[in-house]
Amino acid sequence: MSAERLPTDWKSDAMRKRIARRYAAERRFKAAGMAAVLLSAAFLAFLLFTMVGNGMRGFTRTEIALKVDFPASPLLLDPANITDEALANANLPMVTSTVAQKALGKDADAMISPSAWIAIRDAIKADPKILARTETIDVPAATAIDLAAKSKGSPEAEAQVARLRQAGLLATGINWGFLTASDGTDPTQVGIWGAFKGSLLTMLVTLVLSFPIGVATALYLEEYARKSWWTDIIEVSINNLAAVPSIIFGLLGLSIFLNLLHLPRSAALVGGMTLALMTMPVIVIAGRNAIKSVPPSIRDAALGIGASPVQVVFQHVLPLALPGILTGTIIGMARALGETAPLLMIGMRAFIATPPGGIVDPATVLPVQIFLWSDEVSKGFVEKTSAAIIVLLAFLLAMNGLAIYLRNKFEKRW
Amino acid sequence: MTPMTEEQQSLAVANPKMTARDVKVFYGEKQAIKGVSIDVDMDHVTAFIGPSGCGKSTFLRTLNRMNDTVASARVEGTITLDGEDIYAPSMDVVQLRARVGMVFQKPNPFPKSIYENIAYGPRIHGLAAGKADMDVIVEKSLRRAGLWDEVKDRLNDSGTALSGGQQQRLCIGRAIAVEPEVILMDEPCSALDPIATAKIEELIHELRGRYGIVIVTHNMQQAARVSQRTAFFHLGELVEYGVTSDIFTNPRQERTKDYITGRYG
Repeated sequence: MSAERLPTDWKSDAMRKRIARRYAAERRFKAAGMAAVLLSAAFLAFLLFTMVGNGMRGFTRTEIALKVDFPASPLLLDPANITDEALANANLPMVTSTVAQKALGKDADAMISPSAWIAIRDAIKADPKILARTETIDVPAATAIDLAAKSKGSPEAEAQVARLRQAGLLATGINWGFLTASDGTDPTQVGIWGAFKGSLLTMLVTLVLSFPIGVATALYLEEYARKSWWTDIIEVSINNLAAVPSIIFGLLGLSIFLNLLHLPRSAALVGGMTLALMTMPVIVIAGRNAIKSVPPSIRDAALGIGASPVQVVFQHVLPLALPGILTGTIIGMARALGETAPLLMIGMRAFIATPPGGIVDPATVLPVQIFLWSDEVSKGFVEKTSAAIIVLLAFLLAMNGLAIYLRNKFEKRW
Repeated sequence: MTPMTEEQQSLAVANPKMTARDVKVFYGEKQAIKGVSIDVDMDHVTAFIGPSGCGKSTFLRTLNRMNDTVASARVEGTITLDGEDIYAPSMDVVQLRARVGMVFQKPNPFPKSIYENIAYGPRIHGLAAGKADMDVIVEKSLRRAGLWDEVKDRLNDSGTALSGGQQQRLCIGRAIAVEPEVILMDEPCSALDPIATAKIEELIHELRGRYGIVIVTHNMQQAARVSQRTAFFHLGELVEYGVTSDIFTNPRQERTKDYITGRYG
């Protein structure tokens, strides 16, 4: 028989020490948590700061006010007959070069962008009357001048910029072309629209394929399938698929969609199908969890007044599970939007200078465009790369915002 | 089929709505109900009493085949509705559950408006000929459930915003709306306060005669108040079945007597 236990002394030194240790552990845990949050916040702030710092310059461009004396120029155009054909035959690049040399000096060709003539052509098209007088037209500056004006360039370019500044010819304009143009070789002329549209089309294909199939799979597995070793295998396979590295899906897309089915290469259709393979397991897992969390009492209630199993699923379970399913879907879609590797495998890294007209046209997507630009030699692409990253991040933020909006809209409380 | 005992014979009513003969329920290997025979008619409220886990809820759920949703459940014996075997392959479960409605332990209104809660059943069974007809059904069902005066001005409010007692009456109204023949109530008052309970009991009195009513309860006073027939279940067996007043004043079985005097339960 053991000895009688003494009553606990809640005020003893050992007890006090235990309490002190407990509080210390709590403080340590809190401090560690705070440190982790601060560290990640600092990284995020650093990322955003450098991105915006570099990227915002990509949305602006340096322009040179070019004085064009049309009557004195070697331009042969009839103001009454301004057609695309006439403009194309007028040898505008040559004329622009001559005019620029007259206005800016011998080194003018190094100052204005090789595509400066497009600005002059557009000005003539907008108002043919200017052909009869001297007109000042803002033309984009060459990459070297652009860089020197915005930050730091080569010594010659810096000198040219100083000269232009003194003459009051330099201005900074918003580069609308960056949002409306597509890929190109001249960094002053490239834009994000082609890649943006490609991303949009690819996401559309991904959503149309993966959402219905993923939701149907989740509903079947949760509501209909009897538990057996067969459903266990399916469940394990789906969980594994969600963890497969994305490049493997690219190889799968390459060998099945391109080599076996001969679908068009580099197209949003194939990109979307490949990304759908990757997104579907995420939707199935999120969907099953959302369906599981619908209270069984709602199923009982509907069955109890004679709703058929299909009515129970589509009129009660699915509407209640929808917010969770949508959240999972958008997380999966956001991951697909940022995916590069599988798309490289199916040829979406081609140089494509026109925006795709449909899902079978050659296209590229935002992350691939960023990857391609980051590889360019020309210095002008650095800020374009950062600007493209800002567009991609804005796209992602918009999608996540949509997810939160949809979840709040459909969420029912009881 | 085991022959009915003498006392069961005496209780067998002239035209039973539902009959159960020698019903056995298994969950996998475990037998939950061990040969129960009972009649349900329109004129008497039948109460099932017994300690927790005695099988009374399980037996109730066999009467409208709600046990079908449990994969491991297996039912033997015969249960008929108007003489028709409800476990026969020709029986449509969906229609059966419309004819034999159910009210659950925890109020479970749909997270929809009060109107939609009532209208859902008639709509899926095509009982209303139009919007006006549906309005009539909704009002009639809510009146019968004793809820109309409390909610008539806010039919578009969510059913889940009502109090617990109101929610349970809404669930009864929802069951009534499809014009069932029998209503099964699985401890309908166990989550309610005494005032809400009194209202439900009053409602059961009013519904008697129009519907066959079976109520599971572990509140013996409630069984005594609302029912005319009482069945006492213990460990999956039907120990005693008789006129409610007899069961409570003059139980024949020792186990029944022990239970109603509070010796176990």
